Amino acid sequence: MAALLELDGVTARYGPVHALHGVSLSVDEGEIAAVLGANGAGKTTTLRAISGSVRRDGELRFAGKRLARLGPDAVARLGVAHVPEGRGTFAELTVWENLRLGAYTRRGSKDDFARIQTYFPWLGERRHQQAGTLSGGEQQMLALARAFMQRPRLLLLDEPSLGLAPLLVTEIFRIVRELNEREGLTVLVVEQNAHIALQAARTAYVLEVGRVALAGPSAELQEHESIRRSYLGY
Amino acid sequence: MVAFAKQKSAVTTGASLPVLLALAAAAAFLVVGSISSSIFAQQTVAGLAQGAIFGSLALALVLIYRATEVINFAQGELAMATTYIAYQLTLWGLSYWLSFFLTLLIAFVLGAVVQVVFIRPIQHSVIAVVIVTVGMFILIDGLVTWKWGADLKFMKAPFGNTVYHAGGVAFSRQDIGVLLVSILSVILLWVLFQFTKLGLAMRAAALRPAAAALVGVRVNWMLAIGWGLAAVLGAVAGLMTEPTQFLQPTMMQAILLYAFAAAVLGGLESPAGAVIGGLALGVFLNLIGQYVGFATSELRLPIAFAVLLIVLLIKPTGLFGRRQVRRV
Repeated sequence: MAALLELDGVTARYGPVHALHGVSLSVDEGEIAAVLGANGAGKTTTLRAISGSVRRDGELRFAGKRLARLGPDAVARLGVAHVPEGRGTFAELTVWENLRLGAYTRRGSKDDFARIQTYFPWLGERRHQQAGTLSGGEQQMLALARAFMQRPRLLLLDEPSLGLAPLLVTEIFRIVRELNEREGLTVLVVEQNAHIALQAARTAYVLEVGRVALAGPSAELQEHESIRRSYLGY
Repeated sequence: MVAFAKQKSAVTTGASLPVLLALAAAAAFLVVGSISSSIFAQQTVAGLAQGAIFGSLALALVLIYRATEVINFAQGELAMATTYIAYQLTLWGLSYWLSFFLTLLIAFVLGAVVQVVFIRPIQHSVIAVVIVTVGMFILIDGLVTWKWGADLKFMKAPFGNTVYHAGGVAFSRQDIGVLLVSILSVILLWVLFQFTKLGLAMRAAALRPAAAALVGVRVNWMLAIGWGLAAVLGAVAGLMTEPTQFLQPTMMQAILLYAFAAAVLGGLESPAGAVIGGLALGVFLNLIGQYVGFATSELRLPIAFAVLLIVLLIKPTGLFGRRQVRRV
């Protein structure tokens, strides 16, 4: 299968602080890939580098197009939906307005709204509620739904488990897998919770201080005793 | 659960119950007063017309404040300059209303260009933006005086000088016209923001620029459009001021101060608050001027700010302001 997303020697920095020292990875069309690693390893920055929310260098290709010079809005219009850390929902806007914003770059999103309601049935009846008044789990789901409204080819998910109860985390990952299987959505997910991410993902990358320290099929990474202990912490 | 959520969202719209009650009481007072006294009615309408101008300029300030977190000190001068442009167009033989609409178009472009050329390069620094707007104030003032001179200029009266009589009350057609044009432009803007995709994107870009960019919104364009729309509102305010103040480079300076007072009165972040604040201020000042002996025209501005001070002492976030809650 052809790679939908390819990073080759990508570097990024915040002011003088280098966060990525040459990250290389690739995500195939139709798969779920996971990026794991400790705090400060550069997981979030990797996603930001792809979506253009941070200045980056190196080779980044998405569906054959080079991303390195594009800003976040241009990358989004190419079909990359980035659900950032802290979800990036517009707390001051209603549920419905958040979803409309998801569909901002497209026309005719009525069908998609009906479709996303099959995954999140509660969205319809609460469309006029302010997003900021939703619970943490609901906001994460709204963020997912909004990303879906973008009709992306690639979904970038940053720590969807952050601050959520274990049961909700399982639920979120179940929906992500369903979106992947039924809608053919390619997903690159960043996670602290290595266990659940490895279960969902086919391929996984372990980052260590801004570099890929390990890569491979997640099943293999899961098996590997020493890897588990030193990188995944369980 | 649902009831709880509803309650929460009611709070975040900003206007609290006491404020709404006070506004309703004030409106009732104005209606009763207008019915019982024709002078009161005349002063109320004139005050609303004046207040609508404060309100539209205040709304322009709020638009930019919400997106850029800066008061555009040049907003009034920009409004004045665009009014001169309308004047120039009528000199070239265009009709008043054709000049009016052309000027709004020019104002939009001018506002957007100002954002792109002067503000965008330094927008990361609030203090730099403030200083640039002060600089623009001086620059525009100088340019207009150099081009058109500092003496009074007159445009054709857009609404004529007709006076309507209804039940012993005289309403000037001009006041009604000013009120209608100002309120109409505010309503159009509200429709744009509330019901269109562009408006939604502009709100998103102002609220959370980074998140807006991630869904494909061109944040910089939205900011430029916001400055353009603010300049259009300013142009409306300027053109509606001209019939009573006439054209001179200083025509909008006091009005900018009233507009600022109105914006702060409304809570600085609230578009509805800015407009209501403007109307309230306009009516209040007119009635005070009519009925309170010492409130001469020289004291209008100090009185306006005294009112502002009292309101802020009672409600520090303004009438429609939201308490800032920050998670640390």
